[in-house]
Amino acid sequence: MLGLTLKETAKLLSEGRVSAAELCAACVARARQVQQLNVFITETYDTAQKQAAESAQRHREGRRLHVLDGIPVTIKDAFSTAGVTTTSASRILRDYIPPYNATMVQRLVDRGAVSLGKTNMDEFAMGCGSVDSLFGPVRNPWRYNFTTTTTTTTNKHTQPIRDSRQDSKAKNMQMRTMHRHVTSMEDSDWFITGGSSGGSAVAVATGICKAALGSDTGGSVRNPASYCGVVGLKPTYGLLSRHGLIPLVNSLDVPGIFTRCVDDAAIVLGALAGHDPQDSTTVPEPFQPFSLPDDVDVTNLHVGIPKEYHAPHLSEETLHTWREVADMFEDAGAKVSQVSLPHTPYSIVCYSVLCAAEVASNMARYDGLEFGHRGCDESSTEALYAQTRHEGFNDVVRGRILAGNYFLLKRHYDHYFIQAQRIRRLIADDFKTVFDSGVDILLTPTTLSPARPYSWFVKADNRTRTEQEDVFTQPVNLAGIPAVNVPVALSEAGLPIGLQLIGPSFQERTLLAAAKWVEQQVNFPHLQLPEP
Amino acid sequence: AKMAATARKICAVRVFLTSRRSVCTCNMLYANAKAKKDYARALPGDWQGRVGLEIHAQISSNSKLFSGSQVQFSAPPNTLVSPFDASLPGTLPVLNRQCVEAGVLTALALNCHINRRSLFDRKHYFYADLPAGYQITQQRLPLAVNGHLTFDVYDERTSQRQVLKSCQVRLKQLQLEQDSGKSLHDQENGEVLVDLNRAGVALMEIVTEPDLVDGTEAAAMVKELQLILQALGTCDGNMSEGSMRVDANISVNRRGEEMGTRAEVKNIGSIKFVQKAIEYEMQRQIELLEGAGEVEEETRYYDWKLGKTISLRDKEQRHDYRYMPEPNLPPLILYTYTSAPGGAGNTVVNIDRIREQMPELPAATRHRLVQEYNIPFQHSVALVGEGLVEYFENVVDVKGKGRDPRSAASWVLTDLLEQLHKRSLTFQECPVTASKLGEIVDLVTMGTVSTSTGKKILSLLFDGDNRSLLQIIEDNQWAQIRDEETLGRICAEVLLRHPELVEAYGKGNKKVVNRLMGEVQKVTNKCADPSITSRLLREKLEGQ
Repeated sequence: MLGLTLKETAKLLSEGRVSAAELCAACVARARQVQQLNVFITETYDTAQKQAAESAQRHREGRRLHVLDGIPVTIKDAFSTAGVTTTSASRILRDYIPPYNATMVQRLVDRGAVSLGKTNMDEFAMGCGSVDSLFGPVRNPWRYNFTTTTTTTTNKHTQPIRDSRQDSKAKNMQMRTMHRHVTSMEDSDWFITGGSSGGSAVAVATGICKAALGSDTGGSVRNPASYCGVVGLKPTYGLLSRHGLIPLVNSLDVPGIFTRCVDDAAIVLGALAGHDPQDSTTVPEPFQPFSLPDDVDVTNLHVGIPKEYHAPHLSEETLHTWREVADMFEDAGAKVSQVSLPHTPYSIVCYSVLCAAEVASNMARYDGLEFGHRGCDESSTEALYAQTRHEGFNDVVRGRILAGNYFLLKRHYDHYFIQAQRIRRLIADDFKTVFDSGVDILLTPTTLSPARPYSWFVKADNRTRTEQEDVFTQPVNLAGIPAVNVPVALSEAGLPIGLQLIGPSFQERTLLAAAKWVEQQVNFPHLQLPEP
Repeated sequence: AKMAATARKICAVRVFLTSRRSVCTCNMLYANAKAKKDYARALPGDWQGRVGLEIHAQISSNSKLFSGSQVQFSAPPNTLVSPFDASLPGTLPVLNRQCVEAGVLTALALNCHINRRSLFDRKHYFYADLPAGYQITQQRLPLAVNGHLTFDVYDERTSQRQVLKSCQVRLKQLQLEQDSGKSLHDQENGEVLVDLNRAGVALMEIVTEPDLVDGTEAAAMVKELQLILQALGTCDGNMSEGSMRVDANISVNRRGEEMGTRAEVKNIGSIKFVQKAIEYEMQRQIELLEGAGEVEEETRYYDWKLGKTISLRDKEQRHDYRYMPEPNLPPLILYTYTSAPGGAGNTVVNIDRIREQMPELPAATRHRLVQEYNIPFQHSVALVGEGLVEYFENVVDVKGKGRDPRSAASWVLTDLLEQLHKRSLTFQECPVTASKLGEIVDLVTMGTVSTSTGKKILSLLFDGDNRSLLQIIEDNQWAQIRDEETLGRICAEVLLRHPELVEAYGKGNKKVVNRLMGEVQKVTNKCADPSITSRLLREKLEGQ
């Protein structure tokens, strides 16, 4: 049951062969089993079981709301959930309970999905490892050695990793909060999940849920999907509502979808996509949900291979996998040609400026007055702000705020922000030129290599790693176009290797059809799950 | 409906407190017209002044600029706050079309060029009542630019309201932006309390070029703008409630020299203070410069109790607002009949359709009143200025029954306003309807009661007397005595009692008739018809 796809599970539910309550109980048990992976920031097992019971009732009465009715899902803690703590993995929102649901959450609720909890992530989605969370790093289930010591199963949220920032001595020692709980090198001999939506990726990979919500600003869905061996879809900007998604970069953020297979991604997309009056950047045209054919014809497909994606640090295994799939397309009759996206190398620097600028602006609201953490220095309003923000944000967030405010200063605005916007336009135009020339989809690696060990990853800081890791994913966000990670193969070390397919704006159907074709060809060996 | 009633009630209380000032002004113009007033002095020597204004006008709309929260002045603190207004994470702005339409209508009335495409920006600064840490405004490409406003400066020293000069000020731009919340400083407990009811309410910021030369011009311009906004219904123009706020950029220079360094006087709370603040500030700058000092570029405020502008000594005044495009709002596109997308119906903002809804503007109303009713221009200015046009027109023309416009205007502008002022009421709170006042005018015109009795009746109605007018007259025996026989007898008695006056008349002092008249009125409780009485007295005096 845990290893079934969403589509298969929905069929079982509708046929009455399994009840939503049983399914939910199995998923909760599974979540407890893999608790060491640190998937959740807030678990909502009790309400999930209630929702599942209601769903079971609806199924019995033949009143199924949607194919998602009774399907267990998880939600990245960047999405606002009414009555459920929403932290964005930051101390500043540690006790923040939103009074409203994000539109994506509401649409899941309205369709009867059962939410098991809020998943772990990098603080404010700033990161590509899911290691920079107030609540500690998320661990990759692949090749993970579960320790035999039994873990307590109390509510996670009440026991966040103790924060050094609470302790002035520790603060003076400049310890990096998020790594504190790693007590020995031995303990850190596990692989990162990628990020920032690592918790959601793991939840799907380990069978805790059938679908998970993430958010993708520079690769935050595709990157962990690649490292964890699941499908990760980043739809076209404007197709899915951002209302209630705690922003990283408003002009790049897109809610993303994790599933076990491509068909499932199409189902969830159909349930979530479409205009939202509360997000003025969603497109007004109604979205037509679609399902994908089982025999995808690729003979008329033109697949582009961008030459700039032969990046210097691309691993041999990933390059090999990329070549193999390109050959598969060619062998099946698709037209495969090399294309050029010449401005790709500027993507990272462009992203750094735009991201920092919007972060500086978006984070200005965290002053401790209306909500969230508040410092205790009340000697003046300014002192209160300074202390609140110093305590509330980790060094990554503070660093980006500082840089962003620098870029936005009147005397720097033209040199940095305007230049970055120009480059963004050039990058978007690169994609447009390629797609206008007849290319239907682009095939690229998602990440440079399979997942790296945690011990290796934390040797460099967040900014360095983001610059390294997001090279293949960021340009897509700058262009606003859709892309999907498809798990393709396992490395020699037994870690997933994913490839990215990129399509033109609003061509999710073509994109996912091609992705499904790849999925059918490669027969990816999913993570072995125990049957309860 | 219940809520609306409460709202009105709260409004009424508030208006009561704040309306005195405007009524005071009109009182000054009419009742105390002769009182010496410190009128704007010309600047000394070869100094000349330059004033540019930034006027923030709160848009009269049901909901805020980017959220569905209600807009209401005196609601209990923090009761009109949506998640967006409190800047909860993840909330997004949704532009209120009603506010855009109000902005377009105002821009059209102010002869602006309307940008078919305008943009929103974030302006960053930290302040307790700015929950997002930035204000959404239109810095790069505002809703409208390049307008102008024509206005007259009236001589307000006399009740004549003669036009001293006609002026025109260029308007640089009109932009839409969010209002902030309100900070309440509790000095006793050293706390700042924040009320977010106002946070996110729509403002139009109207920026003029520095075309105004002194406080009088600036005040006249603000007054005219206020009347235009009220006529449009896009802003209630109430300065004491803060729905219209004025910042003035003021500088002085010697004739022929470049513009001087400007100081900004922020948040001026009334039209009278606009004039006074500018006059004071120009004087201050001239004294500084003549004393070889320098004018500092700074922000000041006007302390009306001291009659001075005072430096805010705001260290952050020159801080960098780090403007950035608002990424959550697409460009605001406006349409015309020819460019409107087919089938879009009412979902887009159509400039042409808004233009068709343009009401009569104050300048046109003033001319129409003179033309249509043949009343003096200064009356028409006063009626428009006090917002009494509709009331006046109702008094003149009730159920097609025409009344004399000149006497109607006089009743409205003198007697009605006097009563309102005495009771510190606003016009909105006036308990006497136009038709009631009309009835009084009728009774006076017909001679049923004297003018002075008419005023007494008006006063009773203001006191809440709800008897019919005729009942009041009967109960008080206020009916005018017009019967010549009765009046003749009373006059004869008065003459008998005042032989010295009769004698004086005989010696040529014709004025004693007035004193005799007074005596007759005393006896008759002011009910003697003055014209008949006067005639009878003269006849009898001549006959003696």
